[in-house]
Parts: sequence; structure tokens; C-alpha cells
Amino acid sequence: MTDDNSLEIQIQDKSVTIPGKKVVFDEPMPLDSGIEIGPIEVSYQTYGSLNADKSNAIVICHALTGDQFVSETHPITKKPGWWAMMVGPGKPVDTDKYFVICSSVIGGCMGSTGPVSPDPKTGKPYGLNFPVITIGDMVRAQKRLVESLGIKKLFCVIGGSMGGMQVLQWAVSYPEMVFAAIPIATAPRHTAQNIAFHEVGRQAIMADPNWCHGAYLEENKVPRAGLSVARMTAHVTYLSEPALHRKFGRRLQDRKNLTYGFDADFQVESYLRHQGFTFVERFDANSYLYITRAMDYFDLAEEHNGMLGDAFRDSPVRFCVISFSSDWLFPTSANREIVHALNAVAADVSFVEVQSDAGHDAFLLKEPGFHETVDGFIKGCAERWFNGHSDRKDGQG
Amino acid sequence: MATAIGKMAKGKIMKHRDIILRTDLKLIADIIEPDSRVLDIGCGDGALLDHLTHNKSVSGRGIELSQKGVNQCVGRGLSVIQGNADTDLQYYPNDAVDYAILSQTIQATHNPRHVLEELLRIGRRAIVSFPNFGHWRVRASLSLAGRMPVTKSLAFQWYETPNIHFCTINDFFALCEDMNIKIAKTLFLDQKGQQKNLIFPNLTGQQAIFLLDRN
Repeated sequence: MTDDNSLEIQIQDKSVTIPGKKVVFDEPMPLDSGIEIGPIEVSYQTYGSLNADKSNAIVICHALTGDQFVSETHPITKKPGWWAMMVGPGKPVDTDKYFVICSSVIGGCMGSTGPVSPDPKTGKPYGLNFPVITIGDMVRAQKRLVESLGIKKLFCVIGGSMGGMQVLQWAVSYPEMVFAAIPIATAPRHTAQNIAFHEVGRQAIMADPNWCHGAYLEENKVPRAGLSVARMTAHVTYLSEPALHRKFGRRLQDRKNLTYGFDADFQVESYLRHQGFTFVERFDANSYLYITRAMDYFDLAEEHNGMLGDAFRDSPVRFCVISFSSDWLFPTSANREIVHALNAVAADVSFVEVQSDAGHDAFLLKEPGFHETVDGFIKGCAERWFNGHSDRKDGQG
Repeated sequence: MATAIGKMAKGKIMKHRDIILRTDLKLIADIIEPDSRVLDIGCGDGALLDHLTHNKSVSGRGIELSQKGVNQCVGRGLSVIQGNADTDLQYYPNDAVDYAILSQTIQATHNPRHVLEELLRIGRRAIVSFPNFGHWRVRASLSLAGRMPVTKSLAFQWYETPNIHFCTINDFFALCEDMNIKIAKTLFLDQKGQQKNLIFPNLTGQQAIFLLDRN
């Protein structure tokens, strides 16, 4: 840690200083795999201010390749935060009213403990000695962070995609700590198709000779090609055929004719190559392996003998599930499974399928009806939560 | 207060809200006792649920087909899911609510009889309102003009109507008898939308509201 408001992280072969905070927990944390890891560090950003009774906190959970830079310029890419349209003063997640916390997941590469962190046993980066973690482990670390800030109950937990899995996990593991939950474009489990795409990405990384069986940091190498192909494949799954057609069609890239070669003739190829190329500059290959694995292992019903409803039985949490019509990675049907399970135990749930042709990535955009739903749900919850509601006293007890 | 598994919690006291309701919804609202648990299927913009939640401290849930309707409901702080009566009722547990309400929707369902069964499985009681296809204007349109009726309460041409299972008030009585459903109360609205004690409801009633009990 360099000072209170910045920290140093390792991205590929260089060390970078990024803004933000970090908390260190010396006590080892038990993992779902049965082993313990410690000490652990959690890097995070906050927006807005915590009120006197610490009742206005919202946790935002980021997706696979997201990070804690929700609504500010990203320190590495210099692009706007990944949810700048959703989170900020006067936005649906209003930082004038709420204290927004977003931490980098453990296993990631933006300052929280992950495969690039030094293994206390050897002093060298963990690499493949880092234990396999789960969505539950990520949330366990977030809970430690929230408690360290003196917050007993969160007003709301929000996230899309893998962030949505964490939202569900929060509600299932710590229902007494969550008043409202907004899982977006997510699923109660990773499907065979989801796992299959992740496996393609992982194999691309592992096939890169510069990956060095995970020890590339020590070898001063970067598995650029592998990680970039992994990103390219994944990126296609985040879009939709209509979105790709609208953006690129069969248009050619800076040329009038086909070249009869393997250059990026088509705009879509050039776009994907660019996506892969820039991704490598901000993401770690081993982190990609670990985080995709965590998603693959996610199956909320499994701990409840296959009965998803049992995971939510007697849940006091108010849910708002949101899906997007053209999302084929986490389709409406998967989101509806969550809704039906909640209905089956008479949990408090709202659900909207937003019409959009943008595919899975629609949750990062301002699709008509989407932000209105989040805004309306949060305001409705606030009416109950802040008007001296009995639930709140229960939660603070 | 502890609640039985598979049942919704009782309503919470909310600030009073003045909401203008359609006459039929007002009549339905009057039937429902304070502090009840309610599922409103086809809840539209959520006016009824909003009224019940704020003015009768009802614990309400809704199902609505349109994204716009759900957005409006969620914006009002209501718990509403996007779905429909034919496919989504099966996921609700038995005795989940005191009242399952289906207003002006049964004629648009694929399997009205099954939907009715589901209403009385999920709800201790059911409230069903529907446009009466036996109203004299409907009969006149068909018998005199020889055309499918387009009236105020059935404002669609035959080729674009979402209403696929029309019934008359007498048809509905017959179905209830056939299904061994107890009719606890009936209310009829005339063509001005006013509730009236009609002598020949099947001829002069434009809309009907039935309060149903399990037998």
C-alpha cells in the first residue's frame, strides 16, 4: 500500500499504482474447497458517504472482467467506469443518497488477493498455487470488508452476470445482512454451454507457450496471445447476432476489397482483435482461469439437494430480477428459474425482461426500461427501509 | 411475527396514498379485508395493488404481461413479476395468499378452467372479473348486424383481439357449478360502468365480478 488512497498492483510484467483503498485481514479465511487462505487483502472503491447509522450502504458486485472502478475513469484504460451510467449523483444508484462500495473479487488482479499476489510461503506470486475459489468465497471476502466498515446490514446488493451470481450468493448466505437484492442478467447455475465457452478460453491461455504452466510472472513472460483469444471468444458470447450485424455487418476494415488472406478483412475481426489486445493490458491470465472456474462451480441449488427454492426459503430479502431479451449467455429462461424458485417459497420478488438486441452486455448499457426498473425498485425499497420500518430494526439487532 | 412456510408475510403499514381506481377495481378493493395477502394476476399499472398496499395494509404481489406495466408497478414500489396466468401460476405454493385476483384477464387466457383451478389453489378465495359476452349489445351486434361485437369493454376487432375465450355471465355460473366452486358474492356493472342490482344480469350486465370460495 502506498498511502490511504492508492495502492500498487502488478499487471503483467509491470507494477502500477491505482487509486483506491485496501483492507488486510490477517485471520485466514476458510474457502469452499476446504482449505484456508490468509492473510487476505481486499481492494475497493467507495462513492458517496456513509450516513450516521450506517444504513445507506449499497454493494455493487462486478462481473468476470470488471473491477472496483464502477463510476470513475479507469486508471489503466482511461475509459469511463463500467457502470458510470448507472452509478453516480442523480443516477439510479444515487451516490448523493447512498454509500456505494465495490470491491475487486478475490482471485482477480486489481488489488485483492489473487494468483498475482505473493504466496506467503514462498514470497513468489501464487500462480497456480493459488487455491481454486468460488463465488461463495468472493462473497465471504466482501462480507469481511462490509463488516470492517462497521456496516451491519446493506440496503442493497446489485450486480450483473457474475456480479448477479454474487448478489444471489449474498442473499442466500447472509440474508440477514441484505435488505434488497438486484441480480441482473444472471443464472442460478452455470450451464454446460457456459462452462464450455469458459473451457475454450482457458485452453487458449494454457496453449500459449508464454503461459509457462502458470509461472509466467517469474519467467518475465506474458501469455498475450492466449489471453487475447480467450477474451475474443468470450466477447462474442456477450453480444448477439443482431447487435453484431448492426455494428459491423459484413463491412470491410479500411479496404475496398477482400485481400484473399488472413488479415482482418472484416470490421468484426478488427474489433475483436482490438478487444483481445487491449484486454491483455489490464487483465491477468491466471486470474482469468480462476474467476471463470469460480463461475463454472456456481450452482445455488446444489447445496439444497437440487431444490433452488430451498435456498431462498423464508428469505426476508426483497428481490428484483432483470433479464434482457437477446441475452443468450444468461437468457431470460435462466433468470426466470430464479424468479420461479422465489415464487415457490412466496419470497418478495419483482421481475422484468427488458427488450434489447444488445445481448448479454445490455446490462452495461442504458437500455429503455432497464434503468427505470432499477431506479423504481430502489426508490420503492427506500420508502420501506428508511421510513422507520420494522425490518430495519430487526436487521440492526 | 413468524410466518408459515410457503406463505407470504402479512402486510406492513404504509403511508396512505390517494389512488383513483376504475369502478370494477374499486369494487374488488372493497371486498378485500385489511391485512390480507393478495396476488393480482394481470395487475396492469398496479393501481389496485398500490391502493391495497397503502390503504388496506395488504401484502401484495402481482403478475403482469407487459414490460411497461411491470416498470410502472416496480416504480410504485410494488413486487410484480413479468409473466402470464397460463404459464406462471404453477410456481406459486398452495395457500400462498388470501385472495387471488384475476381482473379482466380470464378471457385472454389459453386455459381459463385450469387458471381458475390455480387461483383457488394459490388463494383461499379468488376474485374474477370479466366482460359479459351475453350483454344485449354484444348479442345485437352478432344477431342483427351479423358482425363480431366491438364495444367499449371489448374494444378490439376479431383479428387483433387478445381475448380468445369469451364467456357470458351464465357460462361462468355453469363453469363454477361444474368445478364445484362456491360463489360467495356476485357484482354486476351496467353499460355505464356503474354497479347495479340487475334483474337480468346476463342481458344487461356489461361486466361481472365473482368472489369465489373453495367448496
